[in-house]
Amino acid sequence: MLKIAKENLNALYAKINETMGLFIPIKKAGEVNYHVWGEGKEVSIETLKTVKSPKNMFFPQTENMMKFKTDGKNLEIIDVRESFNERRSFVLFGVKACDYKAIEVLDKVFLADPVDSFYQDRRQRTTVVTLACSKPEESCFCGVFGIDATAPQGDVTTWLDNEYLYWQANTEKGENLTTLVKELMENGGETEVAAQQEATKAVLAKLPFAALDLSRFKPENLNDLFNDPAWEEMSEACLGCGTCTFVCPTCQCFDIRDFKTNEGVVRYRCWDSCMYSDFTLMAHGNSRTTQMQRFRQRFMHKLVYYPSQNDGLYSCVGCGRCVNKCPQRLNIVKVIKTLGGKNDD
Amino acid sequence: MKEVELKMLERAKALLERGEVARVIGWKKGDFCFDPTPASFESVDELKDFTYDWFCGANLSKYLIQMSKKDGKTAVFLKPCDTYSFNQLVKEHRIAREKVYVIAVECLGKLNIEAIKEKTDGIVESVSVVDKDVKVVTTSGEFTLYKPEVVLSKCAVCNKTHQVKDEEIIIHERPERDVNRFEEVEKLEAMTAEERFAFWKAQLSKCIRCNACRNVCPACSCIKCVFDNPQSGIAAKANDSDFEEQLFHIIRAFHVSGRCTDCGECSRVCPQNIPLHLLNRKFIKDIDNLYGEYQAGETSDGKTPLTSYSENDAEPTDVVNGEAK
Repeated sequence: MLKIAKENLNALYAKINETMGLFIPIKKAGEVNYHVWGEGKEVSIETLKTVKSPKNMFFPQTENMMKFKTDGKNLEIIDVRESFNERRSFVLFGVKACDYKAIEVLDKVFLADPVDSFYQDRRQRTTVVTLACSKPEESCFCGVFGIDATAPQGDVTTWLDNEYLYWQANTEKGENLTTLVKELMENGGETEVAAQQEATKAVLAKLPFAALDLSRFKPENLNDLFNDPAWEEMSEACLGCGTCTFVCPTCQCFDIRDFKTNEGVVRYRCWDSCMYSDFTLMAHGNSRTTQMQRFRQRFMHKLVYYPSQNDGLYSCVGCGRCVNKCPQRLNIVKVIKTLGGKNDD
Repeated sequence: MKEVELKMLERAKALLERGEVARVIGWKKGDFCFDPTPASFESVDELKDFTYDWFCGANLSKYLIQMSKKDGKTAVFLKPCDTYSFNQLVKEHRIAREKVYVIAVECLGKLNIEAIKEKTDGIVESVSVVDKDVKVVTTSGEFTLYKPEVVLSKCAVCNKTHQVKDEEIIIHERPERDVNRFEEVEKLEAMTAEERFAFWKAQLSKCIRCNACRNVCPACSCIKCVFDNPQSGIAAKANDSDFEEQLFHIIRAFHVSGRCTDCGECSRVCPQNIPLHLLNRKFIKDIDNLYGEYQAGETSDGKTPLTSYSENDAEPTDVVNGEAK
């Protein structure tokens, strides 16, 4: 294990930035989100929850897919993927355990056949440096999904205390990055990391959502859950906004549209939200006509549909962003408590 | 607040028991002491989860658009600022007034849990308020915070009083406050155009276009928003640049101007904490200056400055040239 003093982190970022792009939590206009690093930016890796998850590094909120140009009767199709070769590699730094698990959830969607080449390109170019949590908060429940917040995976795992950032490479990509920055580091940290992990685990075990019961969310209960009368009441206060879906690290739905510009037509995709009234709008109309149905879709997808197609892997990672950000304080925890097992009563 | 909550509960029970209303809209307890959810209660039994505390910041008036379409009467608890939104919705014929039973309730300023968490350490276990002291107990200890620093932005400069007539009011004895709600707007006005542009660019670039501000806004009551209509030609789910959101937010602010009651829900719900209310408040200030002081939602009838004409109205050219009164 390696370590680097906290006051030298800026030198570490600068070193990485010499050869690769660096995406890292940065505070801008009061809020911390993942941005491209630059000298003088206000880095905040200790922020527990960035507003947006790091998913937009691989799956940006908007992305051009192809362009069309017309010249008389000729139609030229420009494949923007040809410009992928010019892209830099980059490091995604400071990813928490929940958000890292979310990348696994997204991989199963975008890297399964047929592979999404846009996602794949970014994914392959990226070295993910994770950061263990030391101050989980009440809205955290990653442990319910079997995630260890004190030992996130990733190409490199790091831990941060008041004095040092501790560094442990896990993969070949991680080793390569380590070679690049090793000169700034020294050996040591095993004892400190172990102590921090133990202390954090004690906090995690006592979190209010630590014992959520998922046992009812199984494919065989699909119909019972779908038809549960409680959806009506649970969704009553839902505004139909997209906050939960857009801050969620695993929400993966997108829309594809064409946009007319002065130089032709651009086909782009952008994040979509199952909470929106025009989600999956088709020629015949919309398959879900009420907010209750849209609300139900979101949670059934996370807790039943996705796991039934992915060997039981839930597409919620317990990051708790929806718990913090829903304007009316609805969230997946309230759904799990209402429909799930009864060990909460 | 506990005393108010008990009175509210008593009223809700009586109304439901006597069958005077089919449902009561209020707040339901959450998982913590700070996350109540708006809810409707249709029986006395359901009221066991009823709560009214320092975190009931949500404005319930917009729910009445749907609720007043249901069978039977709906009782609703409205805070002072919410009553303005209610009047405005009645004025715009969005709510069937005769199907709503309003109970106005005390507020005294609701708390912002994000601000509390920022100023404390550990996991929040309880929050209590005595006058201007907010006592927060967390797993790391006890903290006493100054209330004006941890209220919702909409509550910080609120001096609204109940504006519903012939209805019940459950104690509201807040002393008059000497606050200038335009202070922040004046700061923006004092900036140079470049500074102001930089301010809004930094703020609006954070927008993730979740539409929470629009969906929560009582003035945004269009059945189909133009931005959601694929046939409108301007439906937009995506940003062309990271500052394109200026268009959405400025157009929205124009659309609700003269109707926005300054309820501040837009800023309360924004996941990126963009101070959207400042756009609306600037328009309110301009309307005051150009057409005389006007507060949307003060009444549920009467003329409004932007939808009525008088020969003394400011000339658009004078406004543009900064020569209007």
